[in-house]
Amino acid sequence: MFYRENGQFKTSYRGDQQIFPIAQDRWAILALVVFAFIGVPLLVDEYLYRAILIPFLILSLAALGVNILVGYCGQISLGSGGFMAVGAYAAYNTFIRIDDMPLLVALLSGGFFATLVGIFFGIPSLRVKGLYLAVATLAAQFFCDWAFLRIKWFTNNTSSGSVSVSNLQVFGQPIDTPVQKYIFCLAILVVFALLAKNLVRSAIGREWMAIRDMDVAAAVIGIRPMYAKLSAFAVSSFIVGVAGALWGFIHLGAWEPAAFSVDRSFSLLFMVIIGGMGSIMGSFFGAAFIVVLPIFLNQAIPLLGGLFGFDVSTAFISHAEYMVFGALIVWFLIVEPHGLARLWSLGKQKLRVWPFPH
Amino acid sequence: MSLKLRKFTLAAGMAVAAVVASVATPALAQPKDQFFPLLVYRTGAYAPNGVPFANGYADYLKLVNARGGINGVKVSFEECETGYATDRGVECYERLKGKNGGATVFQPLSTGITFALTEKAPGDKIPLITAGYGRSESADGQVFKWNFPLTGTYWGAADILIQHLAAKEGGFDKLKGKKITLVYHDSPFGKEPIPLLQERAAMHGFVLSLLPVAHPGVEQKATWLQIRQNRPDYVLNWGWGVMNSTALKEAVATGFPRDKMYGVWWAGAEPDVKDVGDGAKGYNALALQHGAEPNSAVVKEILAKVHDKGQGTGPKAEVGEVLYMRGLTAAMFAVEGVRAAQERYGKGKWVSAEQARWGYENLNLTQAKLDALGFKGVMRPISTSCADHQGASWARMHQWDGKKWNFTSDWMQQDDAIIKPMIKAAADKYAAEKKWTRRTGQDCQS
Repeated sequence: MFYRENGQFKTSYRGDQQIFPIAQDRWAILALVVFAFIGVPLLVDEYLYRAILIPFLILSLAALGVNILVGYCGQISLGSGGFMAVGAYAAYNTFIRIDDMPLLVALLSGGFFATLVGIFFGIPSLRVKGLYLAVATLAAQFFCDWAFLRIKWFTNNTSSGSVSVSNLQVFGQPIDTPVQKYIFCLAILVVFALLAKNLVRSAIGREWMAIRDMDVAAAVIGIRPMYAKLSAFAVSSFIVGVAGALWGFIHLGAWEPAAFSVDRSFSLLFMVIIGGMGSIMGSFFGAAFIVVLPIFLNQAIPLLGGLFGFDVSTAFISHAEYMVFGALIVWFLIVEPHGLARLWSLGKQKLRVWPFPH
Repeated sequence: MSLKLRKFTLAAGMAVAAVVASVATPALAQPKDQFFPLLVYRTGAYAPNGVPFANGYADYLKLVNARGGINGVKVSFEECETGYATDRGVECYERLKGKNGGATVFQPLSTGITFALTEKAPGDKIPLITAGYGRSESADGQVFKWNFPLTGTYWGAADILIQHLAAKEGGFDKLKGKKITLVYHDSPFGKEPIPLLQERAAMHGFVLSLLPVAHPGVEQKATWLQIRQNRPDYVLNWGWGVMNSTALKEAVATGFPRDKMYGVWWAGAEPDVKDVGDGAKGYNALALQHGAEPNSAVVKEILAKVHDKGQGTGPKAEVGEVLYMRGLTAAMFAVEGVRAAQERYGKGKWVSAEQARWGYENLNLTQAKLDALGFKGVMRPISTSCADHQGASWARMHQWDGKKWNFTSDWMQQDDAIIKPMIKAAADKYAAEKKWTRRTGQDCQS
């Protein structure tokens, strides 16, 4: 009734090619972004920022990067954790080794070095596909784990192998309090999401999708597989690298290679699969599912137990959290194999015809 | 269609519920109880060692309440499961730090989480006690205002181990040319002792080789193959959780003599040796002051006042085991710091985390006080100051005889002539990175 595009006529190509062709969508997303920038800081407390919102934003960014590679270009990668590590350690090294290095430049340099490493480990994608490629990209993960554990230079010769950064500031503004960190991450995420969305709608994005859908056919119509695949690896690992740098700099503050272990690669891949492959929106849903749900379960189970008069032990909470979380993943994948983003678009579709379903 | 829609609404509803549940964190205006958050790991690869520690910690807090609280102030606590993972540990810290009027002190029982929280504690003004683990240089209280590695650091542990080996060989000069291998957990925890060992190796001329073991430590075949080839004189085991029992099993398989194996104090408890059984006979480990103390007064009191009332946290049979005692003493430090702070800020009153920090910095547990608390024969006196956040460095060696741990050495102490300069240099480096200056005498008074 309220959500329908009747009467919104497009009079120009420009109008027809907008990201959100429906006015209601446009306003809703704009309102959401404004709310995230202004409304959220007025409402939430420190715990929400530090434990939920900041990790959610950073991992959304990482999932966005992985989605470009896995969802749009169809190249399954298990090296994302490694690329995040490259981003974090490269940013760390530029940040501490060069005097007066601006934080933003350091973060972007993290992305730049992750791009180089990503392209290098993307080369096997020219020959191997699907699951075999996933195994090949695992090499990136293990190589990065090894390099940052063993090569002392990367960790500035710290004895414990743990590195830390402090005194972060952007344009003279300190990035210190949770609100500042949140706004900083949000701003970066919005910029990258907008870039990514436009990229996947452009010629290069269409090439990626053509490669994903059928690479032989794509090659026949004149798409260069090497260029398309490697550019997907490059863009993806750039975004993942920046996310890794943010994870280390903004979220953890002090980190060791275990923060970017193979578990991280898997969880990023799951975010993309659960959120929706080939959907920018899906990256956010996937990140929310993987980041927020376990923490929510961890807190909800004792509350639920208290409601029925049970005193739930810590170990039981943790076990139940894993069981419920796993069951929910299976349930969502059965109900909607195309991910949460598909549910979202279905919901919009239903809303459009409401209240007359036929 | 309506089915699909209903599912969608359900999903949306869950998301809303998640947000509401996490926003609704109650904030009490006037706290009555002293709140102690517990970061524990009762699941995962490190659970066999994490569980007894957590049980000891919780039981001691229950005992404090049974004794009437801290000068009448009752204590409360809440557990949060970290699984030994740094990101979950940080989440737990954020979740518990503001609860029930504010956390008094955090004890993460993980060196990785300690590193992450060290960056957050000064901003939140919450002290961290890392009794026997954490950053070694945080013993320097003039730089690390909020960290308290009470009773021991890894540099101290490594130092005492080398001293013990030297005594066994008949002098430091006899160590020359000896081969010592460090098998370590490949994490900040395992890497901490390396600088000290390298320093000692350069001093005495022994050959140090480093063999890392990846998390969680169940895959050590290659490591022990190298040990069989190199035939070191001694193996130092810097492990935690399943890594310890795996190392012992591999030592049995490769035939490396167990009495040439020396564990750090986190690799010398019942869960590490029990399932290896007789194979672990002769294995040595450091004891962070106490060993298994089932006959100590405090354990008897816990059995009488907590376990016999049906309020015990873990199995009664495990009360008094090594890691249980470790948790117990950690909780004792947390409580005694508050008591010390009460002396200054008002007896029988709730103290804030910032005030508790003063208590930890001015801890003075004399033998008489410890004996009164039931720690006779368990602990030696400990006193901290602004410059020294460690307070004591006593340790003993104990050996597994197949059934229980027995002390095999006298009390030993770290060599401050070596460690103090290392701590100062490392702390200065940290301070320089942060652009901090050392705390002055005035700041120490506050």
